[in-house]
Amino acid sequence: MAVDAAVVHGHARGERRRRWPIPAFVLLLCVPAIAPLAIVVGSIAGHDPEVWSHLSRYVLPEVVTNTVLLVVGVALAAGCLGAGLAWLIAMCDFPGRRFFDWALLLPLAIPAYVLAFVAVGFLDYAGPLQSGLRAVFGSSDWFPSIRSRGGVILVLSLTLYPYVYLLARGAFLTQGRCALEAAQTLGLSRAAAVWRIALPMARPWIAAGVALVCMETLADFGAVSVFNYNTFTTAIYRAWSGMFSTQAALELAAILMLFVLLALLLERRSRAGARFVARDAACEGRRIQLRGAARWMAAGGAAMVFTAAFAAPVLQLLLWAAKHASSDIDARYWGYAARSMLLAGSAALVIVGASVMLAYALRREGHWISRVLVRIATMGYAVPGTVLAVGILVPLIALNNAVHDAARALFGTSAGIPLLQGTLLGVLLAYMARFLAVGFSPVESGLQRITRSVDEAAASLGVVGSALVRRVHAPLLRTSLATAALLVFVDVMKEMPITLITRPFGWDTLAVRVYEMTANGEWERAALPAVAIVLVGLVPAALLTRRSAHVA
Amino acid sequence: MWLELEHVSRRFGARAAVNGVTFRLPRGSIGCLLGPSGCGKTTALRCIAGFESVDEGSIRAHGRLLSTPQFTAPPETRQFGMVFQDYALFPHLSVLENVAFGLHGLDRAARRRRAGDMLATVGLADYGAAYPHQLSGGQQQRVALARALAPEPTLVLLDEPFSSLDVDLRERLGFEVRSILKALNATALLVTHDQQEAFAVADMVGVMREGRLEQWAAPYQLYHQPATRFVADFIGQGVFIPGEVLAEGAVRTELGVVRADGRAKWRVGSHVDLLLRPDDVIHDDSSLLRAEVRQRAFRGAEFLYTLRLPSGAQLLSLAPSHHDHAVGEHIGIRIEPDHVVAFDRES
Repeated sequence: MAVDAAVVHGHARGERRRRWPIPAFVLLLCVPAIAPLAIVVGSIAGHDPEVWSHLSRYVLPEVVTNTVLLVVGVALAAGCLGAGLAWLIAMCDFPGRRFFDWALLLPLAIPAYVLAFVAVGFLDYAGPLQSGLRAVFGSSDWFPSIRSRGGVILVLSLTLYPYVYLLARGAFLTQGRCALEAAQTLGLSRAAAVWRIALPMARPWIAAGVALVCMETLADFGAVSVFNYNTFTTAIYRAWSGMFSTQAALELAAILMLFVLLALLLERRSRAGARFVARDAACEGRRIQLRGAARWMAAGGAAMVFTAAFAAPVLQLLLWAAKHASSDIDARYWGYAARSMLLAGSAALVIVGASVMLAYALRREGHWISRVLVRIATMGYAVPGTVLAVGILVPLIALNNAVHDAARALFGTSAGIPLLQGTLLGVLLAYMARFLAVGFSPVESGLQRITRSVDEAAASLGVVGSALVRRVHAPLLRTSLATAALLVFVDVMKEMPITLITRPFGWDTLAVRVYEMTANGEWERAALPAVAIVLVGLVPAALLTRRSAHVA
Repeated sequence: MWLELEHVSRRFGARAAVNGVTFRLPRGSIGCLLGPSGCGKTTALRCIAGFESVDEGSIRAHGRLLSTPQFTAPPETRQFGMVFQDYALFPHLSVLENVAFGLHGLDRAARRRRAGDMLATVGLADYGAAYPHQLSGGQQQRVALARALAPEPTLVLLDEPFSSLDVDLRERLGFEVRSILKALNATALLVTHDQQEAFAVADMVGVMREGRLEQWAAPYQLYHQPATRFVADFIGQGVFIPGEVLAEGAVRTELGVVRADGRAKWRVGSHVDLLLRPDDVIHDDSSLLRAEVRQRAFRGAEFLYTLRLPSGAQLLSLAPSHHDHAVGEHIGIRIEPDHVVAFDRES
């Protein structure tokens, strides 16, 4: 009864106020997400045979092979790594388990492109490791080259496995050891119980994690650039800024979106599956006590992943950064930092503002069309940054040209009007499209925690409208808003392709600086701006580890 | 009359959640809407609170018109206190601040004093500085009550206020809430699905079913003179025995002629179902009327026997605890109802 009362409540108010139940701004906030997709899909209509023959002959064969093999490799490696570690941490006991429980999430703080250039710089022929090997053994030719497909897969797996780890760990922890023990009382051996009970029960979560990993791999631009490994994202970037062929960039983007769609479907399907697996919360069984060699192998494995994915790269970064700090920390460096902060700060402000508007629109009206529109507005998280950037700039440039033509026709000159694509508008619109989901979900869940009866209690005590927001909602939402702003801020700090493509002239940020340095192979000098990005990235990683500690 | 509902209806689509409900609640008394889940009692309460508009009829309180199909006075203007099923305490405010939340137009000191007094009334004087999450369910419930009562509302509405508490606490708090409301001479309306709760707290109880108010009466009357078969079924235990009306206050059944000072207006010769409560069926070893024990439920002070008559019909009988009979035994019974309650034979 409470449920239908709540639903109908929304209807009743809507009827009273106006017939059209969707606030205009909800529609408006869908534009940044819809426009790029429409442009990209529309580009298929504007098909240019010459562009296509060039693409299909020289670009697509390499790009498709590279992308497919990369995604499959990373999905497999990150899936095994994440699920295996999650199993060890959630179900077993071994030395250092408590530490690794949260430490294995720390790699989330390191963007893939940072790990990529540290790995290349450290492991390449001229790097410190191989130089050392040569000094000892005389030759290092037997050492496998990091600049290979295997190298890219390794680096991306080490940065992306935490997605699988986080979800699978939660699944293993909550499914409890009771189901396992029940299976054992029914005559299954421990190993058989793991295969037949624990893994199938956790499968939806593992699959959801792997789907996220696939999407991130498809969207990755920075790491593959470091390796000169050509995928769709780098091909789009080169088509756009190297060949200046909008049509080629858009067609590549359209094909990339097909792959993204597949990953998205996998994610949706596995999430639907997750609903049907019961999670019995407080079922506390005994952890599996690993003995003998297994104890140390478990601890050693976790330590190896942690070292390779976090400790060693951070140490190397700090060493390189320290080496160049005295010469590179100058006015230019502070300029990069300031522009990064300014962009991230304004994006956080705009996106949290938009999230609050969307969340309140849903709370007040709750109309199904609003729900669909909010889904659309927040779907940009699945779209690779390169696709969004190109898809936002193309209409912006067209709009700019139209405005300037009109100005020239009217006033004879368009000198006073700024170039639209050269302003912060394009960057912020693209950020909005990509990161609205990041800001929206904490705001929405925060607002949902304020039950309707709280609003009604306040109303029955004579407190409504702005007083309700000030006295009840604002204090209760503070943490959610701060979390949303922080997450958006950090994501924008780390973001590379959108900033690279859409930034106004001269707006070089820390991430752009890292790109420029790594493009020149100056790994050591890329370290200084990268350290700042990693430090900022540690904040949400720390928050996440604290939150996941509550689950345990 | 303090609260008056005239033919109030509230429809959701084609379904009438509340359908032509009419009742009056005098000042200083405690009313209760009782019924199974989905019967519309919560919707009725929300209409009274002003969270729902009405599609038909009117709601008045102390003479002021609050709701008509054309007009709904906003909840914040009604000056009704409300206790929610989930209490809806403000988690960011201390207990004292929660209680002081609805006190407007007083200075800070006066607000705190009044809130402190209310907390003392509900027995939580020492918990003012605590936060809601630090309290037990029962304590939170009393804070919610204190918060609703603090602004001296003209009417207090309580929506399933005890449903999230365990059974023990539920009964004790029921009496406590009643005595607090009575001490403040408050007018209150409660919504519940639990008959014991309704009887413990309320002066007047309305039984609702599928949006309709079946009967609005004092608990004693509801039990002994249910107006409809549904009320008879829903309130208390009992069985129906077929019979034929011989004269006013006399019904012939297979148990013989049952007589009582009934006011039921039945045509002589009509076929009816006679309601027999467990306490109408008296255990009497000397009686010639025998029945077989089919089930027994030991309740400490008494036994509730399920008996079978030779015809196969079943009866419930309440017997003092020392009358200990085994299943299968035949025992003597006597039928002694205070009121004859009978309904048209169900075909």
